[in-house]
Amino acid sequence: MSAYEAVIGLEVHAQLLTDSKIFCGCSTAFGGEPNTNTCPVCLGMPGVLPVLNRKVVDFGIRLGLALDCSIERRNIFARKNYFYPDLPKGYQITQFENPLCSGGHLDISVQGAEKRIGIRRIHMEEDAGKNVHDESRPRSYIDFNRSGVPLLEIVTEPDLTSSEEAVAYLRELRLILMHLGVSDGNMEEGSFRCDANISVRPRGSGDFGTRTELKNMNSFRNVQRALDYEIRRHVSIRESGALVVQETLLWDASEGRTLSMRSKEESHDYRYFPEPDLVPVAIEESWIERIRKSMPELPAARRDRFVRQYGLPPYDADQLTQTPAMADYYEQCVSLLDAPKDISNWIMSELTRVMNEQGTDIRGVGITPAMLVGLVSMVKSSRISGLTAKEVITKMASGGKTAEEIVRDLGAEQVSDEDELRGVVSGIIEANPKESAQYRAGKTQLLGFFVGEVMKASRGRANPKVAGNIVREMLKQ
Amino acid sequence: MLDTARRYRKEDLSPESQVTARLEAIRRSGLNAFVTVDERGARLQAAGAAERIAEGDEGLLLGIPVAVKDNICTKDLRTTCSSTILSSFVPPYDAHVIELLRRQGAVIIGKTNLDEFAMGSTTNTSAFGPTKNPWDPSRTPGGSSGGSAAAVAAGLCDAALGSDTGGSVRQPASFCGITGLKPTYGSISRYGLVAFASSLDQIGPMGRSARDTAVLFDAIRGYDPRDSTSSPGEYTPTSLDGLDLRGIRIGVPGVFFSEGLSRDVERSVRFAVSLFEELGAETVPIELPHIRYGVAVYYIIAPAEASSNLARYDGVRYGLRKADEKDLFDMYCETRAQGFGDEVKRRIMLGTYALSAGYYDAYYRKASLVRSLIAEDFRRAFTRCDMIAGPTVPVTAFGIDEMVDDPLSIYLLDIYTIPANLAGIPALSLPCGFGDNGMPIGLQLMAPAFKDNVILGAAMTFQDHTRFHEVRP
Repeated sequence: MSAYEAVIGLEVHAQLLTDSKIFCGCSTAFGGEPNTNTCPVCLGMPGVLPVLNRKVVDFGIRLGLALDCSIERRNIFARKNYFYPDLPKGYQITQFENPLCSGGHLDISVQGAEKRIGIRRIHMEEDAGKNVHDESRPRSYIDFNRSGVPLLEIVTEPDLTSSEEAVAYLRELRLILMHLGVSDGNMEEGSFRCDANISVRPRGSGDFGTRTELKNMNSFRNVQRALDYEIRRHVSIRESGALVVQETLLWDASEGRTLSMRSKEESHDYRYFPEPDLVPVAIEESWIERIRKSMPELPAARRDRFVRQYGLPPYDADQLTQTPAMADYYEQCVSLLDAPKDISNWIMSELTRVMNEQGTDIRGVGITPAMLVGLVSMVKSSRISGLTAKEVITKMASGGKTAEEIVRDLGAEQVSDEDELRGVVSGIIEANPKESAQYRAGKTQLLGFFVGEVMKASRGRANPKVAGNIVREMLKQ
Repeated sequence: MLDTARRYRKEDLSPESQVTARLEAIRRSGLNAFVTVDERGARLQAAGAAERIAEGDEGLLLGIPVAVKDNICTKDLRTTCSSTILSSFVPPYDAHVIELLRRQGAVIIGKTNLDEFAMGSTTNTSAFGPTKNPWDPSRTPGGSSGGSAAAVAAGLCDAALGSDTGGSVRQPASFCGITGLKPTYGSISRYGLVAFASSLDQIGPMGRSARDTAVLFDAIRGYDPRDSTSSPGEYTPTSLDGLDLRGIRIGVPGVFFSEGLSRDVERSVRFAVSLFEELGAETVPIELPHIRYGVAVYYIIAPAEASSNLARYDGVRYGLRKADEKDLFDMYCETRAQGFGDEVKRRIMLGTYALSAGYYDAYYRKASLVRSLIAEDFRRAFTRCDMIAGPTVPVTAFGIDEMVDDPLSIYLLDIYTIPANLAGIPALSLPCGFGDNGMPIGLQLMAPAFKDNVILGAAMTFQDHTRFHEVRP
């Protein structure tokens, strides 16, 4: 065990699933033509004013309640002043003093050990635009479609001590955001972004070491790699007797190292002050109650329920609750066919394979719960073999036909009829006298050979279990 | 303006001929009151208004030539804030007040000169040169709404819009002998008013008389969902009958008649107060103990907000850009160095300093606290009186070349006007006499929030008994 321990705090920026931006009516849709979802307000034109989208407050309260935070009753916004081309007003409207939520927690589990991570604050703010650089010539463009998209910034206490804990926290937080319908959690599109503050100290010490801030870690894997790298770097600096420099660093995923972005001296003075263009938002108890009543089941509760109600192993419950859509899908299947473990297996293996092949998710896969259940029940009643079923699910995903229809088209229904199989088996026995003699002489390992021949002869349609029984029976005589 | 509206109905004047006459007056005036004159647009609007009048539309603003301060956005009409940085900026939207004026058929005749971004008391800081006072072209019309005030006083328009952050409607109204109202904060939408200090800015109507001013006020006020600081609530039309002054209690703050007030201004203001008494009002001495901190508080809060509000003029999206610089930082620096004038830069620096880490508590936070004490002073005073009377400015209009190198002395001239902005209460200036130099003197009236009608009514009654507002330069 290292003589040092890491102290990590995380800041997550989650884009919200509101239809319109936080201070104007523009669409928040991702991927539009540059600068099409813009108006004078989100372009920071002279004389225009922000108007708060109250849905953002709804979403903030929802997350705050899910993380057991206390909700600020009088919310004011602040201006964070700095110059950057993607920041059209020259300031970001955010919250500074008295954030919407504070003092909550999130429980994570790492290698079976439970840990409670403190949530220091959650506040509302607007996103900036995006600089686009033309590499072929010295020219840059700005796309303001993202300017004014609502964000929640979620800041932990410095309670995390390893990259594993950090990733576990991020995974769980992302799941919660998705289950709440607050964010789509899409890391590639930047809906879920993470920065980390990190320091190390002698194990057991109460003091904090000098911290660095890490940015640009855009996947769980990179969070893990970047934190591990940075912890090692801090430890080796301290072991060499040198001092860690307080600075902001960028993770370079291709080089696998952190690069200095700016030192403490170069850090901005944001000159926060209360935003005079917005009035304080009073949050009455009734508002909080309304949100509380509409709270969906949280992922941790759903996981526990899957284990309890469906008798699933914790691993299955965990996998099936990775997205709310997946969990809903599973529950719809189970309501149609009482075979919770079979259905879980099919979703986790074959359906997941199909989704990966198609590059889609549960909502886009084209296999409805009824279709999947139709397939599973054919397998369970031995009408088709497992092998056939794998072929059927692939066809199902592309064609929109039911398992019944596909099996009929393929003529692939499993043959379990004993008379029909008896004919096939006797032909095979005749064609393979040597093996038959050896079997009769006691070399029963050859059973597999005969069943294989039956499967071949029936083009895979024979029920292998029934075929095996018949081989055994006929070679005994 | 009301006279013009009456003559349109009597058909002894048409909007087209009125607009032609005003355009001609602008051309001849030599006052530099306008940054942009929209001759073509004005003639088109006049023709449209003439049709509506012919159809029997009774709207009082129909066909009335109104001048608009050039920090209020007008769609497709250049809006410069009298700054180099916005000298070519054409807004793709109208301010809320402009939408309302257009709907009511007013003719936007042009955009008037101001101190750059409304920062100043003379129009001297305009990138387009100073405006001249129609009473004496060697003197300043005041500011920052100096172009609007001069235009109204010189008959270049029938009424005008200004904006008032620390006295920018009232002080030039006083210097030019017209009536100007700084309405209750929140009663007029700021949507489309280019922000100087958001928590203090308010658009204000300016007219020859209190009645003209009241009609324009009614035309532009009201709730606008695009301005979160705009007040919902009911807006009943302002009575044009004047205010019966019998039993009205007028607070007279001693602090408004102390050191620094010139003798001729004091004489006229005291005369005005005595006239109110003759008309049945009762005067009560009041105390406003924190007013003396008003200028100091203002020159922290206003520059602080301005330093942030003016950050958007960075050369990236619109306005001036110095593009031949070697990198982004230099582009920012050169654009803002060349785009802003000295006074704007001075205030950006003041505000940036006041908001800096380590100074915020000592400056901005403390100023905000004192600001609430000043508001509380007024709340307490208004338990003892219905309105407050005093001078608008300690002096009359001074020479354009005076005090150019002495910003601090100019700042101190705002001493009587600033408190109403800090407290968010309505205040107006109306003519109450002439100084030893023949220049107009303004009387300031203040009322509790949303009692704009009280001071407008009192001003109407005052004007029913005086002729100061009818004297022409």
